[in-house]
Amino acid sequence: MSRLTAENVTLAYDQRVIAENLSVAIPDRSFTVIVGPNACGKSTLLRALSRMLKPTAGSVLLDGSVISSLPAKKVARTLGLLPQSSIAPDGITVSDLVARGRYPHQGLLRQWSGEDERIVRESMAATGVGELADRYVDELSGGQRQRVWIAMALAQQTPLLLLDEPTTYLDIQHQIEVLDLCAELHEEQGRTLVAVLHDLNHAARYATHLIAMKDGAVIAEGAPSDIVTAELVGQVFGLGCQVIDDPETGTPLIIPAARKPRKGGGAGDRGSSVAGGAPGVGGGGPGAGETAAGVVAVDGVEGGGGAAAGAMGTGGASGAGSGDRAAAATSAV
Amino acid sequence: MISPVKPEQGTKSAAGGGRGGAAAPGARPERSGTPDRPGKRAPGKRPLAARRRVLPVRTPGGLSLRLDVRAVLVGLLLLAVALAAGIVLIGSGDYPMTPAEVVGTLTGGGTAGQEFIVRDLRLPRVLVGLLVGAAFGIAGAVFQTVSRNPLGSPDVLGFGQGSAVGALTVIVYFQGGPFAVAAGAVVGGVVTGAAIFLLAWKRGIHGYRFVLVGIGAAAMLYALVLYLMTKANIVEATRATIWMTGSLNGRGWDQVWPLAAVCAVLVPLVLCYGRPLRMLEMGDDAAYALGVRVDRVRGIALPAAVLLVASATAAAGPISFVALTAPQLVRRLTRSPGPNPLPSALMGAALLVAADWSAQRLFGADQLPVGVLTGVLGGGYLLWLLATERRAGRV
Repeated sequence: MSRLTAENVTLAYDQRVIAENLSVAIPDRSFTVIVGPNACGKSTLLRALSRMLKPTAGSVLLDGSVISSLPAKKVARTLGLLPQSSIAPDGITVSDLVARGRYPHQGLLRQWSGEDERIVRESMAATGVGELADRYVDELSGGQRQRVWIAMALAQQTPLLLLDEPTTYLDIQHQIEVLDLCAELHEEQGRTLVAVLHDLNHAARYATHLIAMKDGAVIAEGAPSDIVTAELVGQVFGLGCQVIDDPETGTPLIIPAARKPRKGGGAGDRGSSVAGGAPGVGGGGPGAGETAAGVVAVDGVEGGGGAAAGAMGTGGASGAGSGDRAAAATSAV
Repeated sequence: MISPVKPEQGTKSAAGGGRGGAAAPGARPERSGTPDRPGKRAPGKRPLAARRRVLPVRTPGGLSLRLDVRAVLVGLLLLAVALAAGIVLIGSGDYPMTPAEVVGTLTGGGTAGQEFIVRDLRLPRVLVGLLVGAAFGIAGAVFQTVSRNPLGSPDVLGFGQGSAVGALTVIVYFQGGPFAVAAGAVVGGVVTGAAIFLLAWKRGIHGYRFVLVGIGAAAMLYALVLYLMTKANIVEATRATIWMTGSLNGRGWDQVWPLAAVCAVLVPLVLCYGRPLRMLEMGDDAAYALGVRVDRVRGIALPAAVLLVASATAAAGPISFVALTAPQLVRRLTRSPGPNPLPSALMGAALLVAADWSAQRLFGADQLPVGVLTGVLGGGYLLWLLATERRAGRV
C-alpha cells in the first residue's frame, strides 16, 4: 500500500522539463531513498511529492486525493518535509525553532496547547537536542543544527517525512549520526521516510526501498540487496565498480573501480609523491589518521626528512580535509 | 565545558567553532595537549544560553497562547512610552500644560481655551505621529520578514522616493492642494511597490534581489525627484522640500482620519497573518512544508504593508529610518527571533512621537522636522545596540 504516489507526472521548471511521465509509489512504512547522478531529477521528484512543485501533467496523490487540492495545513499534518536549505531566523533558540514544527496543528486561538509542549519536548529528546533547548541555533555545529531541524520536522508529527539531502555539508560522523537517527525514527516510530541521498553506500545501507533515477526516469527500484549491482551502478552513474557485501550490515557496498595505478613518481604531480603512495596507516581510526597527516604535512612543508616519506600516503589519501589541520600543526611547530 | 551537553558534543561544538567545519573531536590534541580545551570564542560567550521565560496560557475552552514574558513586558512598556510621550507632546509648546492638565482636558475637564489647544491643534498632530510611527513600524516588520533582510525596509527600497515623485508631480505640474498631494504620494508609493515586486519576483522573493532592485529603484526615483525640483518654481520647490523632509508640523484632523481608517483595516489584517508571516523567515520551502500558504500570506501582507507605508508617507512625508529601525530595535529588546509586527508597531509609534517631542524640546517649536531626528535617534540607538551585541559575542 502506498499513501503517497506520483502518477504519470511531468515535472518542469518554467520551460525546462526535468521528468516526463514519471510514476512512483512510496511503500508505506518504508525508508525509501532516492539516488541518482546530479540533475537526474531526484530532488525535483521530492519537491513534487511534497507539493512544492506542481506537476504540469499527471498528479501526486496523498491518500488517494490530489495533493494540491488538499488544505495546506491538512497536508502538513500528514506529510513533513526537511528542505535542503532552511534558514534559522536570527536569534532563534532551539526550543523555539522546534516549536515551529507544531504550526500545522495550531490555530489563531489554539497556539500552544499542552500537547504541543509535550511533543516538542519529546521531539527534542528523540533527536538528542534536549540539552540544547535554550541555545541559539546559529551557534550550534552543523550536525547539531541538522538534528534540530529534524526535531522540528518530528514535532510536526507526520506519518510521512521527506528529507532532501539531509547529510549534505556534514562530516562523516555527523552524516552517520543523522542517518542512524532516521533509521531509528523509521524502525521505532513506524514512520515512512523518503530521503534523497548523494552517497550510494549510505543509501544501500539504510534504505529499505531504493529508487534509482537517471535523466528524469526511474531506472530501478526495490530493496537495495535486490537491485544494487555493478551493472545498475554502471547504467545509472556511468561508474565502473565492484559490489560486495558490507561487512557491517551485509547490504551491498559499492567499491568504485580504481584508475590505472600510476607508474613511478607521478609526473606533473606537484610537490610530493602522495597520490599513488603506500597504503600507510590508513587502517587506523580517524583520529590517528588525521594526527599522522598533520605530522606528515609539517615535515613535508618544513622540508624535513626521514619519517615523512613512509606515512606520506595517508596524508594524501585523507584528502583535502587534512589541509587546514596541517596548517595548524605547522604554526604549532 | 560551557554548557551541560553530553561530553562529546561539547567537544564538537567547541572544536568546530560552532560552524560545523572540518574540525573533529581529537583533531587538535597535538596543539594544545588537552582535547577538552574549549574554543577560543567560548569563554567570553555567556549568552550562549538564552534564558527566555515562556508562559503558557491555557483556558478550559481550548484557547491557548504561548506568552513570551519579556516580549509582553517590552510591548507594554513601549505602549506606555508612546502614550506618555504623546501626552507630554500635547502639553508642550507656546502654551505649556502639565500632563495632568492634558489628561484632564482629553477626558473633558479643561477650560475652553485648553479644549481648543488640545483638541484642535495638538491632539491631531500627536495622533498622526502615533499612527504614522505604527504604520511604518509594522510595515517595516513585514518587509524585513518577507525579504529576510533588515535592509529590505521601505526606507531603503525607495518607497519614500516613490511617494516623493508622486507628491512632487502633483505640486509641480498640477499645483494641487494638500489633499491632492497626499493622493499623489499614495499613488507614487503603491506604484513603486508594485514595480519593485514585479522586477524582483523570481519564483518567490529572494532577499538580495529584492534589496538590490529596491536600491536601484530608489536611485532612479531620486533622480526623478531632482529633475522635478529643477522644473519647479521657487514656491513649489520650497513646498516640495518641506514635504520631503518629513514633518508633523501643522498636521490636523484631515490627516488623522484617512490614516486612521487605513490603519484600522490593515493593522489587524497584518496581525492576523503575523504567525504564518513569521514562518516565512525559515525559507519558502520550510514554511510551505509546515502548511503555510506562502503565496497567499505574502500576497496579503505585502500589499497591506505597501499601502500602510504609502498612507503614512502621504500624511507626514517620507520620515526616514522608522521602518528600518523599529523592528530591529524590538527584536533586540525582546530577544525573540525575527521582526515581530505588533511590538514593531508600538516601537514605531513610541519612536516617532518621542523624536517629535525631542525635536521641539531641543530646537524650539517646529524648528527641526521630525524626520531629521528619527534618523539620528533610531540610527544611533541601533548602532549602540549592534556595538553592545558585538561585545557580547553575537553579531
